[in-house]
Amino acid sequence: MSTAVKSAVTSTQPVVVKQRKNGSLLSRFGPPLIVLVVIMAAWYGLAGYLVSVDKAFLLPLPHVIIVDSFFPSNGAKSIGPALLRSLGLSTQVALFGLAISIVVGIVWAIIMSQARWVERSLFPYAVILQCIPILALVPLIGITIGYSFEARILVCVLISLFPMVSNTLFGLQSVDRSQRELFQLQSASRWTVLTKLQFPNALPAIFAGMRISAGLSVIGAIVGDTFFRRGQPGLGNLISVYASRVQTAELYAAVLTSALLGVVIFLVFGLIGKLAVGRWYTSS
Amino acid sequence: MTLSPTIEQPAVTTEPLLDFRNVAMQFPNGTVALSGVDLTVSRGEFVTVVGPSGCGKSTLLRIASGLETASEGTVELATKRIGYVFQDATLLPWRTVQANVELLAELNKQPKRVRAAKAREAIELVGLSGFEKNLPKELSGGMRMRTSLARSLTLDPELFLFDEPFGALDEITRERLGDELLRIFAEQQFAGLFITHSVAEAVYLSTRVIVMSGRPGRIVDEFEVPFDYPRDPDIRFTPEFAALSGKVSHALREGHA
Repeated sequence: MSTAVKSAVTSTQPVVVKQRKNGSLLSRFGPPLIVLVVIMAAWYGLAGYLVSVDKAFLLPLPHVIIVDSFFPSNGAKSIGPALLRSLGLSTQVALFGLAISIVVGIVWAIIMSQARWVERSLFPYAVILQCIPILALVPLIGITIGYSFEARILVCVLISLFPMVSNTLFGLQSVDRSQRELFQLQSASRWTVLTKLQFPNALPAIFAGMRISAGLSVIGAIVGDTFFRRGQPGLGNLISVYASRVQTAELYAAVLTSALLGVVIFLVFGLIGKLAVGRWYTSS
Repeated sequence: MTLSPTIEQPAVTTEPLLDFRNVAMQFPNGTVALSGVDLTVSRGEFVTVVGPSGCGKSTLLRIASGLETASEGTVELATKRIGYVFQDATLLPWRTVQANVELLAELNKQPKRVRAAKAREAIELVGLSGFEKNLPKELSGGMRMRTSLARSLTLDPELFLFDEPFGALDEITRERLGDELLRIFAEQQFAGLFITHSVAEAVYLSTRVIVMSGRPGRIVDEFEVPFDYPRDPDIRFTPEFAALSGKVSHALREGHA
């Protein structure tokens, strides 16, 4: 009897653990999946109605988007290769712009964190940068700098710099007073306080800023394209072309691809942040 | 009351390590935190300061450590080896216990091997061996405070300043840490200045209890504690302990009124 009870206990334990794990997986991926299903159902419903009133071009059926874009039947070319090329270019532009934003943003914030008067002198310009309507600025950049790779990167930097600056500054300044005093008691230099206390303390905020900036940088790459309409064709160029030709299926394919790029970059930077500071940092 | 000398009793030397003479502190906003404070702490003495909240007890420590400068009076320090234990553990969350304990030696540019050895020794002294690789978030409040204590111990402090270090801990942990602290005190013979608002903690830990009044903080009374070290935790329940605690409590009430 006793052995039976014992085995019953030991056999139930792993099951309990497994159930909890499944539960957390389900609670994590279940809700967004349900939302996806709802969106797709609504899409099919609306698109089906538009087909019935002969306005299918407004919102093609999801499977039609895929077939028309990548497996066209009427002898047209698949947009796959063009889309992939544009995706590569836009990714490159977005990542370059993001890298510059990260470096410039962190350096800018570190400079501002060194003295109150420096912060007071420089922070307004970070805010102004944030307030400039990027759509208004892009044509200006095109005229003055041209439509090169560099101009596209500049657009990305302008749009994604502010979150890096403000988040880094917040992280550098949110050091506990007593921790600062701990360093002060050992007569630690400004540099030591920065490298051993402020910067590590700012890392969670910096990674949060990176995630926001990454998404914005992708937007910058595509906005730059759509306005420039010249130079190497990025996703934005493709979008403008399909829009002007009212190729809605292809247009949706390009739009969804750019959204996907934003999501992937956002997730990658989230993961990098988690790997870097998740070990010690618990967001409250 | 005088101290009865025993083998375990750390020797009280006449030369004070910390000497406050007529110290007053007025902040720029006009608040007077301290006035006319005379206080000495010598090697082998464990002095506790009790007082109501906001009476300037912490300011006293901040002046002693050099974090603040007194607006009046003289402060003499006979040592540069000062340990300071904050109200909270102030550990760096991205550093392991070992790396946290090494921090102060690291800031003082000691070679890696020296500070690692010092840290290990201090960690052992506070009873945290085996937790070197843990991060602060994996520790209990008491263990975090032990880590903080170990960090200060790596400085081999001659003067040890404690700013209500056990205030945030539960009573059991608090008493246990108090006992550990007394054991370390008996071993290292530093000069201790300990801030608390607990009368029982003050009487149990110290060789001398100083009672401060409410703002502006003044010293209203002083009591020698006659109990020998090492102290038996059960002395807390003796009539002598109760009588002395009663006197300290009474002085606190008088000063506050």
